[in-house]
Amino acid sequence: MFFNRYRRGLFITSFLAAPVILYLVYVIAPYIQAFYIAMTDWRGVTATPRFIGLDNFVRLFNDTVFWKAVTHNAALLVLLPLITIVIALFFAFLLNVGGAQGVTGIRGSKFYRVVFFFPQVLAVAVVAVLFQQVFRPDASGMLNGPLMALGLGPVGFLSDTDIAFWSVLGVMVWQAVGFYVVLFSAGLASIPKDMFEAAQIDGASRVSLFFRITLPLLWDTVQTAWVYLGILALDVFAIVWVMTLQHGGPDRSTTVMAAEIYRNAFEHFRFGYASALGVVMFFFTVGFAILSLRLSRRERIEY
Amino acid sequence: MTTMISWTAANSRKIARDERKRRLGPLGVLTHVALLIWTLLVMVPILWTFLASVKSEDEIFGDAWSLPAMLRWDNFARAWEQAHIGQYMLNSVIVVSFSTFGTMLIGSMAAYVLARYPFRGNRAIYLLFVSGLAFPVYLALTPLFFVVQNMGTIPVVGPYIGLNTHAGVVLVYIAYSMPFTIFFLSAFFRTLPTAVGEAAMVDGASHTRVFFQIMLPMARPGIISITIFNVLGQWNQYQLPLILLQERDKWVLTMGIADISTAAGYDQDWSALFAALTLAILPMLIVYTVFQRQIQSGLTSGALK
Repeated sequence: MFFNRYRRGLFITSFLAAPVILYLVYVIAPYIQAFYIAMTDWRGVTATPRFIGLDNFVRLFNDTVFWKAVTHNAALLVLLPLITIVIALFFAFLLNVGGAQGVTGIRGSKFYRVVFFFPQVLAVAVVAVLFQQVFRPDASGMLNGPLMALGLGPVGFLSDTDIAFWSVLGVMVWQAVGFYVVLFSAGLASIPKDMFEAAQIDGASRVSLFFRITLPLLWDTVQTAWVYLGILALDVFAIVWVMTLQHGGPDRSTTVMAAEIYRNAFEHFRFGYASALGVVMFFFTVGFAILSLRLSRRERIEY
Repeated sequence: MTTMISWTAANSRKIARDERKRRLGPLGVLTHVALLIWTLLVMVPILWTFLASVKSEDEIFGDAWSLPAMLRWDNFARAWEQAHIGQYMLNSVIVVSFSTFGTMLIGSMAAYVLARYPFRGNRAIYLLFVSGLAFPVYLALTPLFFVVQNMGTIPVVGPYIGLNTHAGVVLVYIAYSMPFTIFFLSAFFRTLPTAVGEAAMVDGASHTRVFFQIMLPMARPGIISITIFNVLGQWNQYQLPLILLQERDKWVLTMGIADISTAAGYDQDWSALFAALTLAILPMLIVYTVFQRQIQSGLTSGALK
């Protein structure tokens, strides 16, 4: 008996040792250190950090660039989930219950699902370079070419401070929609067909079919999607860093928290200050996660 | 009598179906138009890039929609050789094969123990792993850079796992993939029946053997899903290698692609850029199309848990 307990303990330890050690060294330790570094004036790779308390946070409060970045993240937090979910729900509905009888999928729905998902398998950095070319400011751009031929262009998709942010949002939606079409389709597939048939026999139109049946039964999945897209909006980095001019420009009109943290840490080597920005970002993200967990605790519809 | 009833049932069903068809109207065409528009939005930028990859420099700077006078396949040779896309792709393959294998091996071991063996501290360890899901990686970037740098000073193994080493990146990828892998797989292990494993234990199999020969094969669907998730996630990673790999010959594909465009100047080889983009995109689309069913379910099942 004792021998068995010993063997069990040895097994547990040997299986957990590697993952726990790796996780502590590479994930937990850096996060903890970051909170300390945030309270130092550490600059440069060789300099010795000096403890300065909350000075970085005081400075951060007056950092207009950082708050500009925060407002961009906030705007993305609202717009990215909203637009992506509306488009994805619309397509998922069409693909799965848009058929002639209102309860079946339409012809070719598999093809559409495959194509819509394409952008999802591409690296964000690759998509960023791709759209940098699509958005070229002259007739050689995929969009500006036709626009100028029509006498409408050129539009400064990435060079106009009023437009660049929307270009970033557009590309993010472009990449995300396919994933959520598939996600919502999977959700729809688990709703029994009788629900739709019964509603239609009772005289439901396509619109009420969507709002009265599809949406309530899919609500759980929609909430999950909202949280995922929210995190994506708060975490955005590569698309801004690679695609936009001056890494978040022009004139910081597209910059986001992650880009400012990276710029401060690895271009200006202000490690202390960058970590302070990171701490603020940490609280925004964890705050969002807790908030969405709280809000999503509603009764589930069982079917 | 029974045939009579089934006939009436079938008939009334047909009537109901016709009635429904009438009420819903000919929306089919509009539906296809909407779907076709999004198909074009997705495909046109990608196909446009493919087209530009066989154009000459002058054609790329000319009208965006002109067709190439001749197909310049040499763009691909230049992208592969001079822009080092071949090297970067090889680096990506090396890093991702090791990191995904490592992630799956130790991630499934941890998930299994945490899901199936109650012991003091089990819950705390599980929560420690899962809480990592909510942390933004950007907070850890600076300290992580120095952690990896310090790893490089460890005697004997140091030079292999410090900055600018693939093994160093592999270890970091594994560590940062733990939260989701453990979260997903421990939920999966909890749903599996216990009887088979217990029977094997009675027959004298060790805990380790039960895991590798019974539980792991039983968890196959979950393992496949999360493997796909990790392969894609690690293949597409850009932020972590950006701080950990500064030497060009160590770069992964995403860094190589991003660099060709951010380092853009007038001496830039634009046609090679498009060829490089094509080389990064096309294999992904082909692999995805072949495994699309597994990939779609692999990526979305994580979200539905």
